[in-house]
Amino acid sequence: MSETPAKPPARAAKSKELPEHLKAYRHVWVFIELEHGRVHSVSWELLGEARKLADTLKVDVAGVVLGPAGEGTDQAVAEAFHYGADQVYLVEDPLLTNYRTDPFTKALTDLVNTHKPEILMLGASTLGRDLAGALATTLATGLTADCTELAIDGTSRALAATRPTFGGSLLCTIMTLAARPQMATVRPRVMSMPEPDRSRAGPVIRERLDMVEEDIVTKVLDFIPDADTNQAQLAFADIVVAGGLGLQRPENVQLVKDLAEVLGAEYGCSRPLIQKGWMTADRQIGQTGKTIRPRLYIAAGISGAIQHRVGSEGADRILAINTDPNAPIFDFAHHGIVGDALEILPALTEAFRARLAVDRLAG
Amino acid sequence: MSQGLTMVVCIKQVPDSAQIRVHPVTNTIMRQGVPTIINPYDLFALEQALALRDQLGGTVTVLTMGPQMAETSLRKAMGHGADRAILLTDRFFAGSDTLATSFALSAAIGKINAETPVDVVFTGKQTIDGDTAQVGPGIARRMGLNQLTYVSAIPAIDKAAGEITAHRRAEGGVQVLKTKLPCLVTMLEGTNELRRGSLPDVLRAERAEITTWNAKDAGIEDVTKCGLKGSPTKVSKVFAPKPRSERAAMIEGADATPAAIAAAAVETLVAADPALPGVITRPSALA
Ligand SMILES: Cc1cc2nc3c(=O)[nH]c(=O)nc-3n(C[C@H](O)[C@H](O)[C@H](O)COP(=O)(O)OP(=O)(O)OC[C@H]3O[C@@H](n4cnc5c(N)ncnc54)[C@H](O)[C@@H]3O)c2cc1C
Repeated sequence: MSETPAKPPARAAKSKELPEHLKAYRHVWVFIELEHGRVHSVSWELLGEARKLADTLKVDVAGVVLGPAGEGTDQAVAEAFHYGADQVYLVEDPLLTNYRTDPFTKALTDLVNTHKPEILMLGASTLGRDLAGALATTLATGLTADCTELAIDGTSRALAATRPTFGGSLLCTIMTLAARPQMATVRPRVMSMPEPDRSRAGPVIRERLDMVEEDIVTKVLDFIPDADTNQAQLAFADIVVAGGLGLQRPENVQLVKDLAEVLGAEYGCSRPLIQKGWMTADRQIGQTGKTIRPRLYIAAGISGAIQHRVGSEGADRILAINTDPNAPIFDFAHHGIVGDALEILPALTEAFRARLAVDRLAG
Repeated sequence: MSQGLTMVVCIKQVPDSAQIRVHPVTNTIMRQGVPTIINPYDLFALEQALALRDQLGGTVTVLTMGPQMAETSLRKAMGHGADRAILLTDRFFAGSDTLATSFALSAAIGKINAETPVDVVFTGKQTIDGDTAQVGPGIARRMGLNQLTYVSAIPAIDKAAGEITAHRRAEGGVQVLKTKLPCLVTMLEGTNELRRGSLPDVLRAERAEITTWNAKDAGIEDVTKCGLKGSPTKVSKVFAPKPRSERAAMIEGADATPAAIAAAAVETLVAADPALPGVITRPSALA
């Protein structure tokens, strides 16, 4: 990713040709993020995307599973096929038990150098970003972070990776023309989850990790799981209700919570409410918060700034409530109510409560 | 061994992104007059370094790669208490992507290291304009520093033993990591609050000599690894997001009362997605 994106200067043309020795790089890889025995769902979202890219390129999709034997690796391999992989590269080693930069970078670097993929995708999680940055430097290749759209450029066969830039106010498309693999990270929930096909299976290629514990300087002393099990599950909620500065006073956050309660929904907010301390940071929706993909998103008193939009427009349906008929949120919401959120929210809570009571009586 | 810690904080001057626009006709970025700020994420790195200096002594050098005007941000950082500022500036650096940026910064840190061995290099978690979170790891790899990303706290650091313990934000919890110095730390946001500079610091910052290095000064022989030439990624286009083709369909009630509008909204939503009531499964929803 370019640190200073700008108009493409003419000089870029120089390094546009893919050197001969890199033409052997083929196939699309997805790093399957397995931690504490569980696969991060972003990996499956990426496999869905990889499938489309590979079909365009007429190549295969491979999943890469790293972890200690017996801790979810078998399951991860099987599921990688279900979600679209044609083959899986597997490195099992006790050194891959808790994530550490060095052994993971080593395992993946060796795999890439041996099997030469043209595209390598990772989730833009804390693990994925730590690993991707180290790996791209080791491989001296291009990395585009936090992509929101991936496509293949017709003329160059290159990965055209689109991402927000300038704090999200603009988008830019980035290509790596003269280095391989082309690396990209994508944030969780930006891509949709593919339907698994449980009948799919394929070959597993096993490799070894050429490293011993003494080679690794960093030690994991402890893992402290988040105590707060009430952490907002915004990213996976079916329904999300959120409020913005239009709520006007901290106590009005309750109106959002009330509606969420009746809908069995998660609640969230725009960034200024976090800054004011009206909600906790895990509830921020948007580019620097959570990306949501609910079935229904209700946004009250939120103007719809681009940074908020990129984190919420993946919702199937958006209802926006705003006093200003020209608020930008009405440009991407499906339904709108021009009105005072402080009146509409409690009325909606009542209307849904009534409707659900009727449904329940009807069985 | 008791001279305290030698720390380098990498910062970036960025446009205040809320104010950037694309020219509607030419589709080019209109940067003129857009104010610049220190990348907000870097402030957490700066404060962490200053706090460690309070605790153990040592020096904090702020380093930035950018145009001459990035001096403003370096002075600001000094005003908050940094001891020294270095501006890495050269036309060869223009158009750097993450790989080329980490190359140039590593060269400069290498030069600082030759004067006094560096113990910790800090960066912010990411920038608001590039937003890649990749420069920190890039520096760590190039310089062979132990990499600690998304750090929320540094409970222990022992220069004599050459060890550091850090809390690293991970999925679903915090990893407690112990590694050796020198290391690279990217700080998580919200972990501290940047101090106000003291009056003497602010005055010193105004008058301070900012060390300016070009590629050669930083010891870079091969300028093809810098800037556009050294950047494997190429920006092929920059554009404004497209509006959705249809604007929101406005819901109006039988009359203008909130109750009527809300009733109409529920009807509309359920008509559009008949399975919606079935999604609402939490028992409390039915109470
Ligand atoms: C680098 C960067 C990253 C950012 N990341 C995020 C992010 O992740 N998420 C995010 O949300 N923001 C983010 N922002 C901030 C973003 O640019 C906006 O400032 C923010 O989203 C605005 O929040 P808001 O809509 O609540 O407030 P405002 O923009 O002030 O909008 C308030 C809205 O409420 C309406 N209103 C007022 N009174 C009422 C009422 N009684 N009833 C109904 N409507 C009413 C107004 O008409 C207005 O539309 C980021 C900014 C930057 C620079």
